Amino acid sequence: MATIEERFDAIVVGAGPAGNAAAYTMAKAGLKVLQLERGEYPGSKNVQGAILYADALEKIIPDFREDAPLERHVIEQRIWMMDDTSHTGMHYRSEDFNEEKPNRYTIIRAQFDRWFNAKVREAGGIVLCETTVTELVKDTKGHVIGVLTDRHGGPLLADVVVMAEGVNGLVGQRAGLRDELKPQAVALAVKEMHFLPQEVVESRFNLSGDAGVVIEAMGAVSKGMVGTGFLYTNRESISVGIGCIVEDLAKSGVTPYALLDQFKAHPSIAPLIAGAEVKEYAAHLIPEGGFRSMPAIYGGGWVVAGDAAHLVNSVHREGSNLAMTSGRIAAETIIWLKRRREPCAFDNLAEYRKRLEASFVLKDMRKYQKIPGLLHNNRQLLNLYPRMLSGVAQSWLRVDGKAKRSKEAEIFKAVRKQRGVVGLVADGLRLARAWR
Amino acid sequence: MHIVVCIKQVPDSAQIRVHPVTNTIMRQGVPTIINPYDLFALEEALRLRDRFGGEVTVLTMGPPMAEDSLRKALGIGADRGVLLTDRFFAGSDTLATSYALAQAVRKIGETWGVPEIVFTGKQTIDGDTAQVGPGIACRLGLQQLTYVASIQNLDLAGGTITVSRRAEGGVQELKTKIPALITMLEGSNEVRRGSIGDVLRGARAELVVWNAQAAGIADMTNCGLRGSPTVVKRVFAPKGRAIKAIQIDTKDRDNEAIVEDLIARLYAVQPSLEDDLLRMAAGY
Repeated sequence: MATIEERFDAIVVGAGPAGNAAAYTMAKAGLKVLQLERGEYPGSKNVQGAILYADALEKIIPDFREDAPLERHVIEQRIWMMDDTSHTGMHYRSEDFNEEKPNRYTIIRAQFDRWFNAKVREAGGIVLCETTVTELVKDTKGHVIGVLTDRHGGPLLADVVVMAEGVNGLVGQRAGLRDELKPQAVALAVKEMHFLPQEVVESRFNLSGDAGVVIEAMGAVSKGMVGTGFLYTNRESISVGIGCIVEDLAKSGVTPYALLDQFKAHPSIAPLIAGAEVKEYAAHLIPEGGFRSMPAIYGGGWVVAGDAAHLVNSVHREGSNLAMTSGRIAAETIIWLKRRREPCAFDNLAEYRKRLEASFVLKDMRKYQKIPGLLHNNRQLLNLYPRMLSGVAQSWLRVDGKAKRSKEAEIFKAVRKQRGVVGLVADGLRLARAWR
Repeated sequence: MHIVVCIKQVPDSAQIRVHPVTNTIMRQGVPTIINPYDLFALEEALRLRDRFGGEVTVLTMGPPMAEDSLRKALGIGADRGVLLTDRFFAGSDTLATSYALAQAVRKIGETWGVPEIVFTGKQTIDGDTAQVGPGIACRLGLQQLTYVASIQNLDLAGGTITVSRRAEGGVQELKTKIPALITMLEGSNEVRRGSIGDVLRGARAELVVWNAQAAGIADMTNCGLRGSPTVVKRVFAPKGRAIKAIQIDTKDRDNEAIVEDLIARLYAVQPSLEDDLLRMAAGY
């Protein structure tokens, strides 16, 4: 097999949000970009709830709203604390979200990723699907100079390799650039797509036009594990899913699909998806270890973006925007080096890290760095409190001939019994400290 | 030698969803693939090329986005891709499609040499008619070999080809003159995986894009809707089958009672059956 003589400015591994953002940004700037995707088409291997955060995409493709496959813009967010039979909700719905350029959208990733990748090709990037990168090729000094794939021929050479290979990060792992995923630092999420007529979706959630609702749920639904459930409205379907930390799933022995079935059967969720036809079941890993589980994100001839770099803000359920932003910043760094005619060497690519630190990406990652450990060591936060809240709400609302003063006393007693004053104060302090 | 392979871009049937409300096929967002049967034709063509030398030209008719299927075919190893695209072709049935493709094959022959063999898959997975291949053969006056499982021998000097053809009740061995048109059966070979060089070339190749005029089609009355006598009257999803088996209790009952019960239940789901049986009985 002939070796490939030509040399690319950059090879991007993966065609998810991070890879597409990086490839598009570089191709648009005139760099010679080769993007490699193992799936049959971009998006075929990708799974997300999914919410698109407009701001991150706008900074890459300002007029994306013109032709991107968007489902609904989000006008209402519900956060539900659940016990086995009830939920205590905090809802925020605002007419302000019906703005000309909405801030968040529900999307279907298989379609969205294909659209995004088509933009890469329009910008002049070369995209090869069904091509898995198997190895990084290094020179004698350990500097990455290209990749090998599962196809005959190669290696493919480039000045820099952008690894946007997703959560598993096998390419980087094989090259010894990062460790294997740790079960306590990764969540397994499963989801289903439930199809319903558009009018039914709209009437069940009081929606009109392209407006949509997002529900994030925590509490009893995760069966004592660290995890959350979600429900997103698409145009004529509803995405329902739940995710828990892999270590917890392994310990509890609860299967993810059983967990999802129980979530779907919850009296607060069941009526919302009643009568729907399930058309799709998907599962995916989410790197939720936070800042402290991040691998090295740059080196001689390589950078890492998106899930592969563990850039997920699990508290705010953000990930794809961090992926796009890190992909864009990686690309901008490479473009900047190219223009200065400087090599993509270790020292020079430190600029990528510097720029990420200056952006919301690493600022947010740093801000919440203690949260994963906190939740890991304090199960009561996600389990006891939602249950307690339900108990309080129910005693408060049930009219049963008891004097209100004695009712209040009962509630406080019940709360104290479940956690104790010291525990309550300690939890508050811990959370405040971790949040700061 | 020169070989032309006709391929079609079809929706990936594994990922097609039927709209739960309107029962129509939801094409939006459904990924497309090369008609799987055509891949066996392409592989067979590439094998002949590798053995005898020459070129493989891949031809497809479709909307501009059908370009993807040509690039995929080039990535597998084809030498040239021709996209026949024109709004006049919209709504073509098998008659109009075979007309346009035959014209294009003729034009390909004029441009890059008359092909010794034209390949198609045995049929497409979206139309399922198996008419276009034979239609092209007929229009171009080519020998026609359908449902071919394998090519036994190709004698370029003698101008003959011998193939095995799967037929009802057995396998036929057929020998005929070239040029010929072959429609390939599924499973006749294992489709190769293009090298990294092939897929790179496929991604970047300049495709030949022809509209009707460029393909040498002057008379548009044979094209598209105007040239298509077939009319789709209605599209519907088949009714779901009974999901539950009916069980008839046989415990402590004599045979006659069980049979009567069975017949009563059959009549219940198929009321016309009683009349039919009576009519048949009257004939005896």
